[in-house]
Amino acid sequence: MSAVGLYVPGAGPLHRVPAGAKLLTLLLVGVVLIAAAHLWVSLAALVLALVLYPVARLSLRRAYRVVRVLWPFLLGIAVFQVLVGEWTEAVRLGAQLAALVLLANAVTLTTRVSAMLELFQRLARPLRHVGVDPDRVGLVLALTVRSIPMVGQAWRAAREGYLARGLSGRPHLIVVPVIVQLLRMAEATGEALVARGMDEGERET
Amino acid sequence: MLRLEGVSHAYDGRRVLHGIDLELSEHRIGVIGANGSGKSTLARTLNGLVLPDEGRVWLGEWNTHRHARRIRRRVGFVFSDAANQIIMPTVAEDVEVGLRPLKPGRAETERRVDRILQRYGLAGHRDHPAHLLSGGQRQMLALASVLATEPEVLVCDEPTTLLDLRNSRMVHRVLDTLDQRVVLFTHDLDLLAGFDRVLVMDGGRVVHDGAPAGAIDFYTRLMDAAADDPAAPDPPDLPGGRT
Repeated sequence: MSAVGLYVPGAGPLHRVPAGAKLLTLLLVGVVLIAAAHLWVSLAALVLALVLYPVARLSLRRAYRVVRVLWPFLLGIAVFQVLVGEWTEAVRLGAQLAALVLLANAVTLTTRVSAMLELFQRLARPLRHVGVDPDRVGLVLALTVRSIPMVGQAWRAAREGYLARGLSGRPHLIVVPVIVQLLRMAEATGEALVARGMDEGERET
Repeated sequence: MLRLEGVSHAYDGRRVLHGIDLELSEHRIGVIGANGSGKSTLARTLNGLVLPDEGRVWLGEWNTHRHARRIRRRVGFVFSDAANQIIMPTVAEDVEVGLRPLKPGRAETERRVDRILQRYGLAGHRDHPAHLLSGGQRQMLALASVLATEPEVLVCDEPTTLLDLRNSRMVHRVLDTLDQRVVLFTHDLDLLAGFDRVLVMDGGRVVHDGAPAGAIDFYTRLMDAAADDPAAPDPPDLPGGRT
């Protein structure tokens, strides 16, 4: 599983909010945080993001998982800011980033991918006039989400093969089998899309 | 009825199907053959995934060269590796996405998704990530997603290859209970019990066509003869690992 998880079934208050409203709120919070650029506002947003998890009936462990992955980036940004600026700036940026990632993760955990796709398809409808197919936009997004575990799986398989053959010290050797496997998966997925009647580029009369 | 007329096909100059003429009208049809015999390519011609270089594949009055989309909506296809067939992140969403081309409406979609998940024992996994299902559950989901669209014919390309005995039997039972016509391409000879007709393929040709017992006997002797000649090379891999 990736650190930023997929939908978690539930009946919490955040699950009941429509996908569009959640994404719009997330966007507004991001704009406010960046526009305000204030230490206390960022810290308040971080606290609110953490409080949101139990309120939405999501385990705090899910928040911890995200922060754990984010930790090296936060540390890097903080060190850089302390070296070139002030420590308050380091704290503000760290809190801002962590708050936004936690909020985005809460949206992902409480929104079905299909609801997200329907929203993006609706938003992409006006682009029909310039030749963009909204259904295809939705499908591409779905496949992107679906591909995340597939990449992890290909990586694990290649790594196991590498270790099983007693190899070490040359991790770059894993890259080629991973790419080959991903290309095969991509070809098979493309074939499955056609088989399931989801190709638009038909040659039918 | 599916009908093949003089179907030939080649990949990069290597001919894998040689002028196949068939009428597939029975309820349960099995196709067996060694690796590289042309089974998977033949399977893919049946719903237009592969358009033959020569000849035509017909479903009633339609052929795959001209009416591929219509035929695919009536001829469902199940692959051996279900992981590649599952498109959406969760179980229910994957069944639902297959229904989209049919545009049944939101309420009818929900109803069909619930019914099909219940029927194939996946209702308890409705919102689970599809990639975390076991191999057998994944294959069941792939089957369920295709069957939700209510195809007239189901083509299965080695659906039990990656499954253990228990899951293989579960798939067998599902196939056994379907009202649809099933064309099953397989190495698993046990799956063919009770079939109406079994074809044996070798070198891109149908070399035997008859009842299961006779076809399996013919195939076993063919394979025994091939095993006696270990110098005979296996054919090379084709695109996507198909044979």
